[in-house]
Formats: sequence, structure tokens, C-alpha cells
Amino acid sequence: MTQSKKTGRKQQSPGSSALDRERLLRLYRQMLKIRLFEEQVNQLYLGAKMPGLAHLYIGQEAVAVGVCEALRRDDYITSTHRGHGHCLAKGASLDKMFAELLGKAPGYCRGKGGSMHIADQDTGNLGANAIVGGSAGIATGAAMSAKMRGSDQVAVCFFGEGALGQGLLYEEMNMASLWKLPVIYVCENNQYNEYTSYRETTAGEVAARAEAFGIHTETIDGQDVQLVHAKSLTLVERARRGKGPAFLHCNTYRFHGHHVGDVDRTYYRAKKEEEEWKSKRDPVKLFAEWLQKSEMADGKLLDQIENEIATRIKEAVNFALNAPYPELDEVGQDVYA
Amino acid sequence: MPEQTYLEAIRGGLHEEMSHDPSVYLFGEDVALGGPFGVTAGLAEAFGKNRVVNTPISEGTVMGLAIGAATAGLRPVVEIMFIDFITLAMDQLVNHAAKLHYMSGGQLKIPLTVRVQCGISGTMGAHHSQSLESWLAHVPGLKVVMASNPADAKGLLKAAIRDDNPVVFIEHRGLYWTRGQVPEGEYLVPIGKAVVAREGEDLTIVATAKMLAATLEAAEELSSNGISVEVIDPRTLSPLDVETIVSSVKKTSRLIIVHEAVEKDGIGAEIATQVQQEAFYYLDSPIARVAAPFAPVPASPALEKCFVPGKTEIIRAVRRALNR
Repeated sequence: MTQSKKTGRKQQSPGSSALDRERLLRLYRQMLKIRLFEEQVNQLYLGAKMPGLAHLYIGQEAVAVGVCEALRRDDYITSTHRGHGHCLAKGASLDKMFAELLGKAPGYCRGKGGSMHIADQDTGNLGANAIVGGSAGIATGAAMSAKMRGSDQVAVCFFGEGALGQGLLYEEMNMASLWKLPVIYVCENNQYNEYTSYRETTAGEVAARAEAFGIHTETIDGQDVQLVHAKSLTLVERARRGKGPAFLHCNTYRFHGHHVGDVDRTYYRAKKEEEEWKSKRDPVKLFAEWLQKSEMADGKLLDQIENEIATRIKEAVNFALNAPYPELDEVGQDVYA
Repeated sequence: MPEQTYLEAIRGGLHEEMSHDPSVYLFGEDVALGGPFGVTAGLAEAFGKNRVVNTPISEGTVMGLAIGAATAGLRPVVEIMFIDFITLAMDQLVNHAAKLHYMSGGQLKIPLTVRVQCGISGTMGAHHSQSLESWLAHVPGLKVVMASNPADAKGLLKAAIRDDNPVVFIEHRGLYWTRGQVPEGEYLVPIGKAVVAREGEDLTIVATAKMLAATLEAAEELSSNGISVEVIDPRTLSPLDVETIVSSVKKTSRLIIVHEAVEKDGIGAEIATQVQQEAFYYLDSPIARVAAPFAPVPASPALEKCFVPGKTEIIRAVRRALNR
């Protein structure tokens, strides 16, 4: 397959690890926005105001933000059942997110998608997806389309390490490598396939699986937002230049349960392990400390940022709580285009 | 109007749509080489291997890839070599292609055509002979089309490619080398419209794909015995044109449905239910089905022959319904 002539927009200049202050503060804001959003989701669930299930992203914020901040608005992402963080990091608005979670009419999908299926065409989000590994094809296909149309868009496929058990992922990586597609497979290894440690389900080394297809692979600390962001900038830039797919394996941790109802977790993982991640490896805390130590921000500024975001979240959740449900005749609408 | 085979008509439809719209791409195993029956022969030479893309033997993945490409600006046509292999792609087709438009509140469009061939022909056994159309017709969000002749094959395929929804276009392998008149150029057959293939007064038969020819033969033979059969080809199974079938039954008062898929839970059950809802008081005999037995397709030529319904079984069912 040959690459068609590029007609897309000019590429962003590749980033360096020495990011300017504005950019660093933006990374922080985005991470904190996801953290506070998810904490609010948990409160809605505990207050019996939230229908269905929610799979919280708390603990993994550095991955979504580090990666999505390396993307343009017209780049594509696909997400997972644990997808709120990806949607927000790619630019989704708080009010439409909450409305969708509550099944309300002004939600992103008019309430028909719910927590696990949020799509937002305006920000290139081709949808969260509740079939584990199910979006590997969609992301790879979007990259295929970008290449065939001669645009320089890139697609990112987010998935958890649980998707390493799905054959589809390997078949997609095979094609992406053969055809040098601009797709980045971001494996968020939060250590647990639902309730089972990934070490019980995953033979060999994770990175070796992607390397077997000749895919450029990196394994990194997914709690370090600057590192995730710097690596992502390199991989995105590489994909834009037609150098093909990449596999970014980020080690991270799910601070809460598999879903909001998974509260007593001691039967599958030790409290001590959770405490250690929360106290020593919290991506938001780590970055806040770094910002202060390197004099990019002081405590006062960080408090101010937190207050601003908390206010916006409160407004958004009130908007969603007060929003109407869809009209009942919408049940049969949009089955076909 | 030139005469063409069913296979040539499909190839012609693909050629025209690829010329008409640069966003149409073909993906599938061996498609750049023509495929196992030569349906796509010459297309890679005409449009390049960039647009007629040979894929690995990874049905689910190719389906997923095409869905993603469809959400992002292409109009892909995927070939699944045998409908038996569509089972490997069902997650992608049912959970993603069919639902993304709805789940996204109408934001995402999936203009995807899945070309797949089905049916019993040439004793290929249980993994190369099935008819699974009713599985697909059961899924909201998919459209399901079955052509019984070359002209419809071309017209329906062109309509499928232009449709903004996922359309499963089911070809019958046993029809590939049958011939018929095919209109040249812009010839589109609307999806969701049945056609009366033969007019009659005494009884209505709805028949799909290769069963249409057997039904028309039966109708011809019965007419020499003074029995007048109306034959309807639904052409699209989802959405089904119930109106055309119902208005025929209101005239004839009797209905038989003929399909090659196994009888149990087949599309005939759905047609029968809808017709009795709309035309119960017009019916003079129970609605009957002529279809395959509830078994996998056997490989033995002797068993395969008795497995497929044909003219004899159709005539027997008509005589039973009319008590003549």
C-alpha cells in the first residue's frame, strides 16, 4: 500500500520534555478535572442518583491526559468501559457528560449510550466501548481511513490489559503494522482484569506481544504525566510522519474497584497494596508536588484551580440532575441513519 | 439490455460504485486476486490495490477495521467469503456496526456494505453452505438484502453501497453463473421494496434468493394444471416490505414461504406472523413453510439433495394448501 499525498493540516511542532508553564498547568487541570468528575460520579452512585454501573478512572488520570494532550482535536480516539477520563481528556464537556451518565436528553448520546458508550464526534471520540478489546478495529479502521484520505490524522486506541486476552487486538496490530497505519495502541495496565490479577491471565511480557508484529513499543510509568505526555508526543509525531503504529504500555493502578459497587476488595487485592499506590503513586498528587517543587505553582494557585474545577463540576452535575429524560418516542429513533 | 451472469452483475455494480465515489474501498481475503469465485476479478487492476485491499484471514478484525473506516469518512465494502465465516465477525457486526449510530445518539454513521455469499451449492458441507439471514435480520440497525437475479444483484448492491447504514448483502453461490438481463449504468433497486415476480390468483408464495427460481418453475408447472400462483421476492429481509406481501395475500387468501435456511426460527416465521396480524380474516388455509430441515447441511450429495427444498416440495405444499 502506498501513502497518498498529504493534504491535511500542518503538523504540531513536536514537544520536548521541557514544557512551558501554561502547558504544565493545563496537564494538571485536566487530570484534576477527571479526578473530581469521577469522585462526583461516585457520590451520585452512593446517593442512588446514578443508574446502571460506572467504572471509575481514578488513579489512571495521567495516561488519558498525557496521551490526549499530545493529540489534535481532529485526531481520533476509541475508549473503554472505563472511559470517562478519555472522553474528558479529549475535550468532552462536563455537563453533557453528566447528562449522559444520568440518561438525560442533553447527554452526548441523548441518554442512549450511558456511562460505557459515550461518543463525541466533535472531539474525534469514536466511542467508549463495553466489549473488552472491541474498539481495536474501530481505531485501526479510523487510522486506515486517515491514511487513505491522505489526511495526517492519528488514531489512539485505549484499552486495559484485560484486552490482551482478546484475539482481535493482535489481528488489528498485524494489519496496522503491515500497512503502517497511524494508530497508537495505549495499554493501560491497571494490574487487574476485573478482579483477577493480570499476572494470572497474561503469559510472557506484555511488550513482547506488540514487538512480535514489528510494532514500536514502549513500557513506561503511567503515573508520571510528564513522561506519558513526552512519549505520546514522540509516538504521535512518528505516526503522523507515516512511520506506522506504536504500542504504549503504561503501568498504572485502579484506585477504586472494578465498578462503583465493588467496594470490599480485600478478597482479591490487599488493602496495603492499595494504600501504597494511593500514598506513593497518585498521579495527581505526584504532579502537584512536582509543580510546587519546581516553582511552577504554589499551594495557593493549586487551591484556586481546584476550587474553579469543583465549581464547574457542581454546576454541571446540577444541570444534569435538572435536565429532562428523553421523550419516550425516542426509543425507536436513530436505529437507522 | 445486455445479458449477464449474477456474478458479473455484482462485479459491474462494484465497478460502477468505485468509479462513482472515491470513498468506496473493498476489503477482504483475496479480493485483489478476484476472490474464490472471481467476483472481484479485475477491480484491483482498475482501481489499484490501495482501494481493493487484500486482508489477512481475520474476519472479525476486517469487519472492525471497516467499521472504523466507515465512521471516519470511507464507504467500505467488506467481503466475507462464506456466510459461515460471518460468525467470526458477529461481535463487530452486531455490537458495533449495528449499534454505534443508536448508542451515539445519531452522531456516528456506518456506511458499510458487507458482501457475503451463502447457500447450498456443490456439496461443500456444513461450514460452507449455511443460510444465516434470519440471525442478521433479527438485529436492529442492520439491513439485510438477498438478490435472486442479476439485475436485482446489481441494483441492490449499488443501493447498499450508497446507504448510510450497515447493509449485509447476501449473495447465493448457486446463482453466480445464472444469467439475466441487467440494465446498464445508473440502475438502483430500492432497499426495503419487494417485487411481484409472477402474478396469480389462487395462492401467494414468498421465496428468497435461489428458492425464487424453484418457485417460479413450480408456478409454471402448476399453471398448466389450472392453479394460478402469485410469486413475491422480498429482496430485502430487513426492513421487510410487509405491505406488498399482505396485499397479495388479501387477493389470494393463501400463503406459503419458501427459503433455503432451516425452517425453525427462519425468516418465514416472521413473515407468517406479520401477515396473520394484518390479514388473518382473509386467510383460507394455514400459512405454510417450505424450508430446510433442522440440521446442519450434510456433505453427502445424496443427503444434500434431499436437504434443499425444490420444485417437488413446493408443488406438494401448494396442493395441500388448496386441497387439490
